[in-house]
Amino acid sequence: MAKTMTFPVGGVHPEEGKDRTSGLPIRVSEPPGEVAVLMAQHIGAPARPVVKKKDRVRKGQLVGEAQGFISANVHAPVSGAVKAVEERIYSVTGRRVPAVIIENDGQERWARGLNEPQDVESMEPARMVELVHECGVVGLGGATFPSHVKLSPPAETPIADVFVNGAECEPCATVDHRLMLEHTDDVVDGLKLIMRIVKAPNGYVGIERNKPDAIEAFRKALADEASIRVVALQVKYPQGAEQQLITAVTGREVPSQGGLPGDVGCLVHNVATTLAVRDAIRFRRPLVERALTVTGDGIENAGNFVERVGTSVAGILERQGLREGANQLILGGPMMGIAQGTADVPLVKGNNALLVLRGARIPPQRDCIHCGRCVEHCPLGLMPAELSIACEKQDWDAAVELNMLECKECGCCAYVCPAKRRIVHMIKFGKAELRLRKARAREGS
Amino acid sequence: MENQLLVSSSPHVRDADTIEKIMWCVVVALAPAAAMSIYFFGFGVLKVYVISIAAAEATELLCLRWRGKPLSRAADGSAFITGMLLAMVLPPSAPYYCSLVGAVFAVAVVKHAFGGLGCNIWNPALAARVFLQFAYPLRMSLSQWSVPRMLWGKAAEVATMASPLAKEGAAAPLSHLDLLFGNGVPGCIGETCKVALLLGGLYLIARRVVDWRIPLFYIGTVFVLTWLLPAGHDAPAWAADPFYHVLSGGLIIGAFFMATDMVTTPVTRRGRIVFAMGCGLLVALIRRYGGYPEGVAYSIIFMNTFTPLIDRWVCPRVYGSRTPRPARRQA
Repeated sequence: MAKTMTFPVGGVHPEEGKDRTSGLPIRVSEPPGEVAVLMAQHIGAPARPVVKKKDRVRKGQLVGEAQGFISANVHAPVSGAVKAVEERIYSVTGRRVPAVIIENDGQERWARGLNEPQDVESMEPARMVELVHECGVVGLGGATFPSHVKLSPPAETPIADVFVNGAECEPCATVDHRLMLEHTDDVVDGLKLIMRIVKAPNGYVGIERNKPDAIEAFRKALADEASIRVVALQVKYPQGAEQQLITAVTGREVPSQGGLPGDVGCLVHNVATTLAVRDAIRFRRPLVERALTVTGDGIENAGNFVERVGTSVAGILERQGLREGANQLILGGPMMGIAQGTADVPLVKGNNALLVLRGARIPPQRDCIHCGRCVEHCPLGLMPAELSIACEKQDWDAAVELNMLECKECGCCAYVCPAKRRIVHMIKFGKAELRLRKARAREGS
Repeated sequence: MENQLLVSSSPHVRDADTIEKIMWCVVVALAPAAAMSIYFFGFGVLKVYVISIAAAEATELLCLRWRGKPLSRAADGSAFITGMLLAMVLPPSAPYYCSLVGAVFAVAVVKHAFGGLGCNIWNPALAARVFLQFAYPLRMSLSQWSVPRMLWGKAAEVATMASPLAKEGAAAPLSHLDLLFGNGVPGCIGETCKVALLLGGLYLIARRVVDWRIPLFYIGTVFVLTWLLPAGHDAPAWAADPFYHVLSGGLIIGAFFMATDMVTTPVTRRGRIVFAMGCGLLVALIRRYGGYPEGVAYSIIFMNTFTPLIDRWVCPRVYGSRTPRPARRQA
């Protein structure tokens, strides 16, 4: 067995919390009676609604059109009638954004030409990227970066190494694990298609060692593949962060100050994204549903489910049952997920987990005692406590000098802090505030 | 559920370690050395401990109250450690009011006047020790120190010596083994039994409360420098013996329990090495060329002062860049 790989600096070992759902096969849920499809559920420009109230739509039909290159299409997850085009809360930002509300007619009729096998063998890479663009595929690990952009690397930075990110380092999340077990060959197929698109010679499937069955499944599936390697990764959060995965496997570092994996010849897609890319190319199937883990000690029936985009989170909670004392709803995992103020939010493409916690509380905060644990555990070599204090003081020069913009908010610093300081909170505040000030400065000038 | 949803920033899980656990862990680590000190110097020193700790805790409560902070913080163990450490670095013969004044000074002036736990610049117990040195030079002086009870052998030989590091007086009759166990070794209350201190220190390292780099580089620097730096011809024979230096005086207690105080030492690993080597250099210089036999307390206080600068200069390398701090960008 090859030696276990990991990133060299920082990282933490939070309780994994995966046992409850990692053995449960993914179940396809009944489509809901109504979906709310947000126009802005990806990084980049929001899509523009192209349907209006009372329009009839088929499943997979375009309802929101990408605006510009860094944007993504959104499609009808069900067939039915457009009930309204109105604002709904986007769980990532907490802001209201335009949404197309569709009443499900239960017919499940796909729009013409979609969900049909494509002639992939003779297909040009450009056509494949076009299909990925058309199908609205975005990064499903949570970042929601439009995939067609990643698949169109500039000529001056050729891609040599393509990764399927199966680390799934976020505690409690098990959906990538299940996808890897249940769709091993499809993931391999997706990886090969991506390698074909960017003309990359090497492929990697990176999996943390706490998923030995998945590692085994890929070793078997790839036994005759010389160009694709299965990489067993040490169990350490944030092993699945793009930069950390690249460094763990290749030893290369993605340049700071806005560098991209492509700058070091790498391209990383999460497991679910790889499958969505494959679906787009092989079947011209728009991204209208996704698998996610529903778990946490506040959930009665945990499991892994395929849900339609736009499904009401409140509906999922009702179906799975809440336990007494449940008081925190998190979209995403416990390390990076976003706590919601209401369950009345529609599911978006980026939601890989839905977590309900019981008896959650914010621990009281003390002054920083300079223990240095945040520095030691930061995978990016930042000084998080000092940075968060600069943000708290709104000293933006100091915050930027302390590399605020490098921070990926992985949460290792706040996790280990014995003073229970809200380090990530303050850094998020700092980034948002700085963005706001820059926008204001632009308007003013 | 709807109206009671808790909205907080990620991460939503926290490690179980807290300030309280860290502090009480240090108290546990100090316990063996404290117990040995009572054996060596008698129950009189127990009173020093009690007064020092009680005064530190009482001052803590008053300061917290005055500053409008939750009084429960007095139970976090930090004032307890300050009182305990202060007692351990006082001479056994020091009058009780010294420990009282020292503890009040440590908690009120060195800690709370600067903003409380986490904001102080100097280690409170050590700064108080230095303060007492100036305030009561005679009471804190070497000649007043008492003779410890022996673990083995006869006490008579060392009765006249104030400290194993005293430059005048009898040639050192103490073997390395005596120094290691504190057998017949005069000195401050809690500093003489190196074995007990090492035991506690190793526990703190294993518990990851203490960064091993600090004691290693501190003691290592003292060892190398006292070995290499030439001693004058009038110096006693032990002056050129690095083992003797390492095992004498407050170096071990200082290196494991005071130079490792999180609040007053650098946050980065490399910064801690710089800090520890600076402490070691100062101890070697003071002991070799200074007019004072010890030097541990001053070295740590001195380097504490430089901690913010070290933290500024010795930063970790940012991922994906060559330099610790990428060039300043326009905000």
